[in-house]
Amino acid sequence: MTSVTPWLRRVLIGLPFLWLAVFFLLPLLIVAGISVAQSEDAIPPFAPLLRATAAGLESHVTLANYRELAHGCLVVYGSSLGNAALATLICLVIGYPVAFAIARAPGMWRHILLFLVMLPFWTSFLIRVYAWIALLQPSGLINRLLLGAGLVEEPLPLLYNAFSVQLGLVYSYLPFMILPLYGSLTRLDESLLDAASDLGARPWRVFVAVILPLTLPGVAAGMLLVFIPAVGEFVIPDLLGGPDTLMIGRLVWQEFFENVDWPAASAIAVALVAVLTAPLLLAQRFLAREGTA
Amino acid sequence: MALLEIVAASKSFATTEAVYQVSLSVERGEFFALLGPSGCGKTTLLRLIAGFETLDTGRIVIDGDDMTEVPPYARPVNMMFQSYALFPHLDVAGNVAFGLKQEGMERRRRDARVAEMLALVQMSDFSRRRPHELSGGQKQRVALARALAKMPKLLLLDEPLAALDRKLREETRLELTGIQERVGTTFVVVTHDQEEALGMASRIAVMNRGRLVQTGSPADIYERPNSRFVADFVGAVNLFEGALDASGLAIPDADRPIPLPGALRVSPGMRVALALRPEKLSLSPEHPAGFALAATVQSIGYQGGQSTVHLATASGLRLRAHLPSHAAQGLARGAAVWASWAPADAVVLTE
Repeated sequence: MTSVTPWLRRVLIGLPFLWLAVFFLLPLLIVAGISVAQSEDAIPPFAPLLRATAAGLESHVTLANYRELAHGCLVVYGSSLGNAALATLICLVIGYPVAFAIARAPGMWRHILLFLVMLPFWTSFLIRVYAWIALLQPSGLINRLLLGAGLVEEPLPLLYNAFSVQLGLVYSYLPFMILPLYGSLTRLDESLLDAASDLGARPWRVFVAVILPLTLPGVAAGMLLVFIPAVGEFVIPDLLGGPDTLMIGRLVWQEFFENVDWPAASAIAVALVAVLTAPLLLAQRFLAREGTA
Repeated sequence: MALLEIVAASKSFATTEAVYQVSLSVERGEFFALLGPSGCGKTTLLRLIAGFETLDTGRIVIDGDDMTEVPPYARPVNMMFQSYALFPHLDVAGNVAFGLKQEGMERRRRDARVAEMLALVQMSDFSRRRPHELSGGQKQRVALARALAKMPKLLLLDEPLAALDRKLREETRLELTGIQERVGTTFVVVTHDQEEALGMASRIAVMNRGRLVQTGSPADIYERPNSRFVADFVGAVNLFEGALDASGLAIPDADRPIPLPGALRVSPGMRVALALRPEKLSLSPEHPAGFALAATVQSIGYQGGQSTVHLATASGLRLRAHLPSHAAQGLARGAAVWASWAPADAVVLTE
């Protein structure tokens, strides 16, 4: 990097920050601004925060949206976080063995299996979710197979409920769990496993005492990559969920488009960012500590 | 009864025979070295003893128990890895305690043993450090303490000194032999460094291309190599290739047959090699009594206490002599000298 001149260096480092500022920080600030505004029947549908009147500047900043949130939406937050946490846990339980198997697979197979994990990304996410509707509906493939095999008397209610939402979340976010886990598993020094076994650890103990602690950074990364987007997920609960499915993403959509209450929708979104910052900070502290080891 | 008995062990990977029909036995308390160039199968043999690889054919018996079907975690053997393989998420004490924990040893006894082991390798002050906070030499000590903590019947050491710099290697070698004598554990060490093997082992097995070539004491291996490979691999050597006749070894480069050491049970006309260690060669300006070759000094390499003198005869035969540096001081490049040796110092090699 010695050949890079100082100004070019500054530009190279500055560009991503600029990008983040323009496309992330600025929108977030705008949303935060709207969240403390008053709803109004106008275009845009909220009152400006400051309005010039004859008596001078008049403030219209209000925390009413947040108060309302605390009253009505806690259940939705709870169920969103719960759904996302469950999906994260299921992804971990399925993803760890899969990542382990891929990491231990012989050379050529490793690439093929990894390719298969990423293959779904080649098809539109929306189409894949719609495909699940076709599979899960009462006249869908799964129910027809079950009926045909005589395992059930009548079609199982697989769609438009908590089950289908959970299935959709796990299905969609599993690769985001597998990839970081695979990364940390391949970085694992093989001789450490030999050493543990040599010192008397049975295979299960090798896993618990050596493999798991050393792949915790991968576990943390995978959990974040699944949990964070799953909490705010809109498409899956909207398409696969039933009337009783409460998820934040859906609520934001409702407030924004159906009730045209931008301030309320913004308050929900800002509160979600605040809630999600906590696990992010925790994970970052954890990863920083592990990084020095 | 031997502590370790390897009977006709063979192991091949895909296309290569890593270990072929190796049989050897190691006695209790021995410091045994497996010596050979890289890729000779010595590390595979070590991994077979530890149980990381399974035998294709043959048997491995430790202290009377057949280990062939026993997994690594159940073998009374511990290994010190070349990379040390210390657990990065555990501190020094945690690493040393790892094996004892697997045994289910209770806390107080475990702590005492860890302290004892760390004292043995002089690492008591470092018990709370993580491996990444240690130098190479300190890691090596921790790895040794960890491998000895369970008091294995047999300790396997894979290139224990390879990762250390030269000065530290010398020191550590002495320490290793000291610790081995103190704890009395049987050591089997793998090394590609002949100096290391000669310096610390009580017995050496030389391997080449998966086969055991020669087993013996360091002096046996050095003074009485049984093949051109061993003579050449272990230390420097002058090899004279030629055919036997009534008066000695006839080689094309020498004007007269080279006398042989003692009576030989070989038939005349047979092609053999005569091996002579460079330090057995003496140089003199005058023709000494007995056999001598006329040669000129080509170059003198000064190595401190010892110098290596390269010589060539008129017919082009090249020789190498190791002399104390004070003896080499009188020589100059181009000087004519007589090279001679006691016939008994040379070794006849048929293989």
